[in-house]
Amino acid sequence: MAVGKEIRTKIGSIQNTQKITSAMEMVAASKMRKAQDRMEATKPYAEKIRGVIGHLGMGHTEYKHPYIIDREVKRVGFIIVSTDRGLCGGLNTNLFKDALKSMQQWQEQDVEIDLCLIGSKAAGFFSRFGGNVVAKTSHLGDAPTVTDLIGTVKVMLDSFDEGRIDRLFLVHNEFVNTMTQEPRVHQLLPVEKNEEDELKHHWDYIYEPDAKELLDVLLVRYIESQVYQGVVDNIACEQASRMVAMKAATDNAGDIIDDLQLIYNKARQAAITQEISEIIGGAAAV
Amino acid sequence: MYTFQLDIVSAEKSIFSGTVDSLVATGELGELGITPGHAPLLTKLKPGTVKVTDHDGKVEHYYVSGGMLEVQPHVTTILADTAARADDVDEAAAIAAKEAAEAAMTDQNSEIEYSKAAAELAEAVAQLRTIQAIRKKVGK
Repeated sequence: MAVGKEIRTKIGSIQNTQKITSAMEMVAASKMRKAQDRMEATKPYAEKIRGVIGHLGMGHTEYKHPYIIDREVKRVGFIIVSTDRGLCGGLNTNLFKDALKSMQQWQEQDVEIDLCLIGSKAAGFFSRFGGNVVAKTSHLGDAPTVTDLIGTVKVMLDSFDEGRIDRLFLVHNEFVNTMTQEPRVHQLLPVEKNEEDELKHHWDYIYEPDAKELLDVLLVRYIESQVYQGVVDNIACEQASRMVAMKAATDNAGDIIDDLQLIYNKARQAAITQEISEIIGGAAAV
Repeated sequence: MYTFQLDIVSAEKSIFSGTVDSLVATGELGELGITPGHAPLLTKLKPGTVKVTDHDGKVEHYYVSGGMLEVQPHVTTILADTAARADDVDEAAAIAAKEAAEAAMTDQNSEIEYSKAAAELAEAVAQLRTIQAIRKKVGK
């Protein structure tokens, strides 16, 4: 029967799409769990290192590391963490919106901006939008390592050391839960003193070789671990967001298939009715 | 028997956590052993083996590619690096990131290649030593 051939092809193609989206949903769900585990695994290091820096700061109040001192802001740096792939809802768009809002606030104060981009979506967006991109890395995969980030972070830390930028921010998505991911703009440098970290007891260490050198290394590691955490967090967000987006896409495909099926049935019924009435009409004429 | 709490963590995962009897690590200024009651200490570690003895006398070897050793009165923490770090290797990574940003295709700097290879070699040698130490232990 030739009736509704176009509709049937359409249904077929939507069914294929639905298969893909539901497969992507399942893949994202399993990747999300792994990403969440990885997120948890990064926490002890950050906590420990923060503790050590706290101790050091308490013991050596006379030595102020440049990473701790606030200075006049002429130029700021942004490290923007995005995903490498699309099809994850409004995750990147919301992040860029927040980043732009915060960048605009600086621009209004005549402060210039350097960008450091992680992930190909950010690279794509800022190449269209414009901006002074000083470092870029992408295709880190599902399980990035700190090594992948050393280069990009170093570019920004070097410009801070040399006084080209006076503040450094990290922009990434924060994983709240599966349904909610929130863009966050978080100040990395100068390191903000956390009042909650006040120590109840305190002692001074034996330093080998000396306190300044150790603090230098510790602070760099600390910033790196913060960026790494941001990246890992963003991956968990990407998977969660993709899972939700693909679930919605699968549901929508189901709705469209139902609608098309109804139209197809109606058309088929109409064709049959017409055929019968033609036959009856023909028989009556004879 | 006195013991203390030891945590070995890296930015990517927690490597070891438990109570131990003693530990031996390679500090930047030489080998050092930590036993309970050690004075608070903060030092840099070189790539190498961390030998951990638990209270049953069982010895475990861990390989760390550099990091920090922090001794507090009752807790000792090793903040391990995830990869061998050398300034020129880091520099090379920074240059790579800049180049990616500029998307400029230039020839690889041979000096960077050399220092990268040297750092990798140092790491490989240290890893080999760890493996040998483990073998010796198993052989006994």
